[in-house]
Amino acid sequence: MRFLFKTSYAQDLTLFTDGVQRNWYLALLVALVLLPWLVPAYLVDISLVLIYGLCGLSLMALAGYTGLVSLGHAAFLGIGAYAHVYFTQDLGLPWIVSVVLAVALTSATGVLVGLPALRMTGVYLTIATLAFALIIQEVFTRWDHVTHGLKGRPVDKPVIFGLSFASDTAFYFLCLAFLIAGLWVTRNLLRSPTGRAWIAIRDSEIAAQSMGVNLAAYKTMAFSYSAALMGLAGALFAHKIGFLAPDIFSVLLSIQFLLMVVVGGLGSLHGALFGAVFVAFLPVVISQARDSVPGWVGSGTALLGHDLSSAAFRAADRFVKQPGLEPGIFGLILVLFILFEPLGIYGRWVKLKVYFSTFPLYKQATFKRQRAYMRSERLR
Amino acid sequence: MTFFKAEGLGVNFGGVRALDGVSFEVEPEQVFTIIGPNGAGKTTIFNLVSRIYDPSHGRLVFCDEDITRVPAHEIAPRGIARTFQNIELFEHATVLDNLLLGRHAHKRSRFAEELFFLPRVRALEMEHREAAEKVIDFLDLQAYRDRLIANLPYGVRKVVELARALCTQPKLLLLDEPSSGLSVEETEDMAFWIQDIRTLLHITVLMVEHDMSLVSAVSDQVLALNYGRTITQGTAREVQEHPEVVKAYLGG
Repeated sequence: MRFLFKTSYAQDLTLFTDGVQRNWYLALLVALVLLPWLVPAYLVDISLVLIYGLCGLSLMALAGYTGLVSLGHAAFLGIGAYAHVYFTQDLGLPWIVSVVLAVALTSATGVLVGLPALRMTGVYLTIATLAFALIIQEVFTRWDHVTHGLKGRPVDKPVIFGLSFASDTAFYFLCLAFLIAGLWVTRNLLRSPTGRAWIAIRDSEIAAQSMGVNLAAYKTMAFSYSAALMGLAGALFAHKIGFLAPDIFSVLLSIQFLLMVVVGGLGSLHGALFGAVFVAFLPVVISQARDSVPGWVGSGTALLGHDLSSAAFRAADRFVKQPGLEPGIFGLILVLFILFEPLGIYGRWVKLKVYFSTFPLYKQATFKRQRAYMRSERLR
Repeated sequence: MTFFKAEGLGVNFGGVRALDGVSFEVEPEQVFTIIGPNGAGKTTIFNLVSRIYDPSHGRLVFCDEDITRVPAHEIAPRGIARTFQNIELFEHATVLDNLLLGRHAHKRSRFAEELFFLPRVRALEMEHREAAEKVIDFLDLQAYRDRLIANLPYGVRKVVELARALCTQPKLLLLDEPSSGLSVEETEDMAFWIQDIRTLLHITVLMVEHDMSLVSAVSDQVLALNYGRTITQGTAREVQEHPEVVKAYLGG
């Protein structure tokens, strides 16, 4: 067990709790920097994880820290993506300027969406954001001049200050840099009065108000900040997928984002990233399983004789080729997490850490009193 | 100068008249207690002062300023802090974070500075921390500093809520049943703290309380309410002996 000796107030304001933790993060960073040479085949998928990480941060700030659940975040992603492509390819603005403008635009949209949030709480707000997402998707479809409607529009590779980021490796590093920047900025907000005010709103609006938190201002700020991060992710996302069409930014994507923060663990930045890894990799795992699981089942039952094993092979094959398997598995995992680990992957992670740091004296009751923040009463 | 005054306060919830023409004045550095049976309108007064409800009649004056229509979040910066009857802490934050939230009324950093955690933000955070630490020392909360509220026993939460209110550095402190749910020893501590808050920190206390021994130990003035109306006002002894107060409590 490691003991933390706190000797100054400044120690509570540092990014990392102590040198050991900082070194672990440094090791992680080194691993991430070496990754393109370790697993070149998966680099494109990993870039998506990093972009989803930004999306996770965005929704974590809003849902996990301010307690405002949104089902419309795919719309912000879309606005960021289309705005960025329009600014760079139609208006010919430099890449950085375009990203800044796209972020400013989504952030302003976030303010507009945040305004009704001042009057609505819980599920009603969620439904309002859902409606917003549907409207925006319709706008993407109809506004031919900017979005090229259902024909879709191809996206050029990013070129920043004359440097091309066309290669997978270069794009990976671009995404990594933006994710680290996003993490740093979000962490800064969370250790400042603004982040605390968000948490206060999440846990008790009435007490927050009595402490002098202007609910309207801070909720709008949370929406706007969350939208801004989503806009940034959108700009990268556009390059990642290389082709924009309105149906990409569907409600399903919004649901995936929400899944990301719930499965990752509401109320922690780690959770946002764990969730991103989960949501980005699950489809990859499922599609690989489609190819290999029937074979495993077939060879696993080989001892039972040829007829039985080929029947098992065919059954497994039919099962994994079912359409809708993916959302089904997503849903199942979500339900299991809410039932057994409401604090998500991050909650599990913390328990594992405590288990090993207190080994062999771990008490099962350590986490008994901890309750999930996502209680039903929160959705009044 | 008027420190705090309520004039003809009235509030209706639908057809129910929760408060009906209640007036009182609190002098600086007083402990002023409101008593009354359940449903007398005590907590309603608090919710009017902290501007969670709008009064139907009457007005509130604090430091010569009419605060009847001030928005709820501008009450704390003016120097009024409160605790809640059913503890409204930020459950999934640490004790320290809760106390630092009490410093929100003194926030001076801007959003853009916080994004990059500029040195000024850091310096301001250190100042807030120092103010919070003073309160931690005052209320003996050192052992709980980094604990999550969700893991704390009820009695400690009650003290944390008092601490959070003190962190706003108020001129007027509203305590809604500070002793409810506390053990005898904890109630005794609370009595000492209320006295210290008045005499050492020079904070005026407006309190709702049922425990008459605590009321008579610390109060300078007591106001008795029943069914939203004032029965009487005076020292603890005078009020306790007032025939209508006895009647209100014991029935008659």
